Amino acid sequence: MSASILSVEGLTMRFGGLLAVDAVSFAAQRGAITALIGPNGAGKTTVFNCITGFYRPSGGSLRLTRADGSTAQLETLKDHRITRAGVARTFQNIRLFQGMTVLENLLVAQHLVLNAATGFGIGALLGLGGYRRAEAAAIARASDWLRAIGLLERADDPAGALPYGAQRRLEIARAMCTGPQLLCLDEPAAGLNPRESDELSELLLAIRDGRSAAPTPTSVILIEHDMGIVMRISDHVVVLDHGRKIAEGQPDQVRNDHHVIAAYLGEEEEA
Amino acid sequence: MAYALQQLINGISLGMIYGLIAVGYTMVYGIIGMINFAHGDVFMVGAFIALISVVMLMSGGLMDGPAALLLVLAISMAFTALYGWSVERIAYRPLRGSFRLAPLISAIGMSIVLQNFVQISQGARVKPTEPLVTGGIEIMRDGDFVVQLSNMQMLIIGSTLTVLAIFTWLVTKTSLGRAMRACEQDRRMASLLGIDTDRTISLTFVIGAALAAVAGTLYLFRYGVIDFYIGFLAGVKAFTAAVLGGIGSLPGAVLGGLLIGLIETFWSAYFSVQYKDVAAFSILVLVLIFLPTGLLGRQEVEKV
Amino acid sequence: MNSQALGALREALIATAVAFGLFVLMVGLRTDVSTTGALFLRTRWPEVAGLCALVFVGRLILSLWNLREAKPPSLALGKLGSKAAIVFAPALLGAALVLPMIPGIGRYELDLGILVLTYVMLGWGLNIVVGLAGLLDLGYVAFYAVGAYSYALLAQYFGLSFWVCLPLAGILAAFWGILLGFPVLRLRGDYLAIVTLAFGEIIRIVLLNWVELTGGPNGIGGIPRPSFFGLPFNMSGDPNSFAGFFGIEPDPVHRVIFLYYLILALALLTNWVSVRIRRQPIGRAWEALREDEIACRALGINVTTTKLTAFALGAMFGGFAGAFFATRQGFISPESFTFIESAIILAIVVLGGLGSQIGVAVAALVMIGGFELFRDLEEWRMLVFGAAMVVIMVVRPRGLVGSRTPTVALGTRRAIGAEHVGEGRG
Repeated sequence: MSASILSVEGLTMRFGGLLAVDAVSFAAQRGAITALIGPNGAGKTTVFNCITGFYRPSGGSLRLTRADGSTAQLETLKDHRITRAGVARTFQNIRLFQGMTVLENLLVAQHLVLNAATGFGIGALLGLGGYRRAEAAAIARASDWLRAIGLLERADDPAGALPYGAQRRLEIARAMCTGPQLLCLDEPAAGLNPRESDELSELLLAIRDGRSAAPTPTSVILIEHDMGIVMRISDHVVVLDHGRKIAEGQPDQVRNDHHVIAAYLGEEEEA
Repeated sequence: MAYALQQLINGISLGMIYGLIAVGYTMVYGIIGMINFAHGDVFMVGAFIALISVVMLMSGGLMDGPAALLLVLAISMAFTALYGWSVERIAYRPLRGSFRLAPLISAIGMSIVLQNFVQISQGARVKPTEPLVTGGIEIMRDGDFVVQLSNMQMLIIGSTLTVLAIFTWLVTKTSLGRAMRACEQDRRMASLLGIDTDRTISLTFVIGAALAAVAGTLYLFRYGVIDFYIGFLAGVKAFTAAVLGGIGSLPGAVLGGLLIGLIETFWSAYFSVQYKDVAAFSILVLVLIFLPTGLLGRQEVEKV
Repeated sequence: MNSQALGALREALIATAVAFGLFVLMVGLRTDVSTTGALFLRTRWPEVAGLCALVFVGRLILSLWNLREAKPPSLALGKLGSKAAIVFAPALLGAALVLPMIPGIGRYELDLGILVLTYVMLGWGLNIVVGLAGLLDLGYVAFYAVGAYSYALLAQYFGLSFWVCLPLAGILAAFWGILLGFPVLRLRGDYLAIVTLAFGEIIRIVLLNWVELTGGPNGIGGIPRPSFFGLPFNMSGDPNSFAGFFGIEPDPVHRVIFLYYLILALALLTNWVSVRIRRQPIGRAWEALREDEIACRALGINVTTTKLTAFALGAMFGGFAGAFFATRQGFISPESFTFIESAIILAIVVLGGLGSQIGVAVAALVMIGGFELFRDLEEWRMLVFGAAMVVIMVVRPRGLVGSRTPTVALGTRRAIGAEHVGEGRG
């Protein structure tokens, strides 16, 4: 019985008069891939933004339980502190640093570790050893990830010049370079062709199991519309509609749940 | 009490002038998302064209009565509109859609060009005229202090309200206004739907310049003294007014203008004249700290 | 005549008509004050005709030239920019180092060199804020002023030497940088610009009016001149003065040469720090901030401290430059710290392009040097300056250097073209 890594309880988000998320509760298990699905406008990205600190929830609790047993209440933390707490994310519209190289993108992701090694900035400025070692280690880590996503040869190209599928993979690798315990992905498969989707699935399974460039298994939450991927790789599915949770469970259970079908396909006549 | 009332009247009429200039800033920002740094100097050009027209009419013995004032206003508006059009065409259109730093520097360069062009053409010395509109009505009397609403102030308030009314009608009821609002929302889509965005943007600048010309003409009538440098300070304050009211919002620009005019007038009356500009700027800073999009501005929510 | 030429002719005629409208009143009728104090008009129709003809010819040439299927020059120069930088930079540095030694270089050239180097340093300082971090600061002159007045007041009231006051001026300026940066953290783009402009103006007006502290419009005079590490530059020739100590003929140019090397050293310090800090996490965080602030937040970067550090560091170098300015002039007044200075420094940074160090240096050289060279134009000088700003921006909107050099590479470092590099929304 694995512990839950993220426990969402009674999450509510109000924008003025609009109730976007209404008392949503679910749990994401450690070492599992949890998918958050639902029709457009269901509130999935809003939930995401609450979890990752870009919105301050109107109510509810978001408890993160880390591997060492410590917890954090995410609803009280600002965005950058949430990353420090061990949660990383990607964005629906890819947000890479377009004018920086692929490698630089991955180095920025390791900012916290590198910053700690600079000796209040002065040491590094003067070229003292500690920072150089840390930077070399960071570059090595970045290279591992580039190898894992097949972009090693393109390390010195501007991120903006990469094809779409490669940019998506890079964004995931960048998020992983922050060393998170929980990876949150917002529609990672959007715009990918079938082959790229397969590669993505492989990558996510590897991340979950600890077979990727990250040494330990990482829990994943993802928003996704591509049902093929959801069914194939998720361990647990949560379905939202109009801001409320309407189903939760194993992929197969959820697939056959008539509330879910009705939400996606429209109400059937009351038989 | 009477003193305060007088300051109120003074502040409102000053604020109207700022408001006219502020509307030009906010229109341009709304439609192409940039600060037209040269707009204050367009106001200055308007004042100078008005001056030249006044002297021209005076030498012809025609400078008499309200018809003459209207003629000066019309001449100023027409020629200043041409300046506004040219500035857009030369300095901004080639950079449209480009990044935002280049248009800003180009605008600052244009501002320098306009100031120095007027300075060289007309000479650097200050140009004094007699006040053209004199007299007024007495509102109330408090001992020795007379609260006066001068004819000039009535002219300012009256013309500003008229001009703004025409302008509001233009923006809300005509097809040009619709085109402007469409371009503000989504320029590419507007263009795909057949709206000539270049022409719409040019017209926005032209209208803004015409409004600035009204402000410049009124300024000339009111103060009687102009020099090539009045554009900078008036421009910065008017822009402050536009931002204060919420840039992109027309009523906001007018509201901002009135507020700046009132703050400036009351501060110089009750505290110190020297720091009146500091007061206006400080209010701007304070408002933006707590209301980053200004008083009536649109909340720009960035989609994450 | 083919239709293309006809089109060009039509454009030229329209341009001339517009020019006529612009010039007929403003140039054609000049208001002058007569002996009675009243205004009268002086007609200048020949000038109007001349200007219109100029516009006609100019526009015709421009239209015809545009018709040729030539690649615009800006693109061709872009690729050249980054390669040239590698060759150009050492050459410029070498020239700057030996300038005072070149025979024939006198006081005038040295003063010009000092002026250019001051703006180079200010450009490099502002580059940290605008070029690297993408924060649009229109009030940079405020930190220049803080540095100058800090030095002047510290020297006046506490009698501290230049070398003690310099870091203090920098610290005070950095402190103001944080103070002024704090309220603007949430502001974007043009709001940030106007507030920083407002701050710059507030500081100038306060300096102008707080007469007890700053001397108001009269400024502060009698600022101690620099000494060569304790040896004053005077004409006495005694062993305690610079000339006497080194056994050479006293010459007023010694002090100027010393000031030249001083500003060169300060500027190079600014450059060195900027270049090194780009490789540090904070420098990368600045550039990442410029590219996409939201992504930065999602990577654990504290955007607030990142922005404040940029403001503080940029302000510090502005403060150093200000202290130098005070000691060089011996006298300062609020007149030297107007908005136009902020605008010029910003123009230098933008003209340099994409946060490039060499770009800023060349831009300062071109703009300030060019401004000096056109001294003979007198009143036309500013007009040409403004027009040059417009023309340069229209021709090369991203600046002289059309590419960004990455700070780290696995293989070879390749320049990134301007089409990818962000300008920042802050």
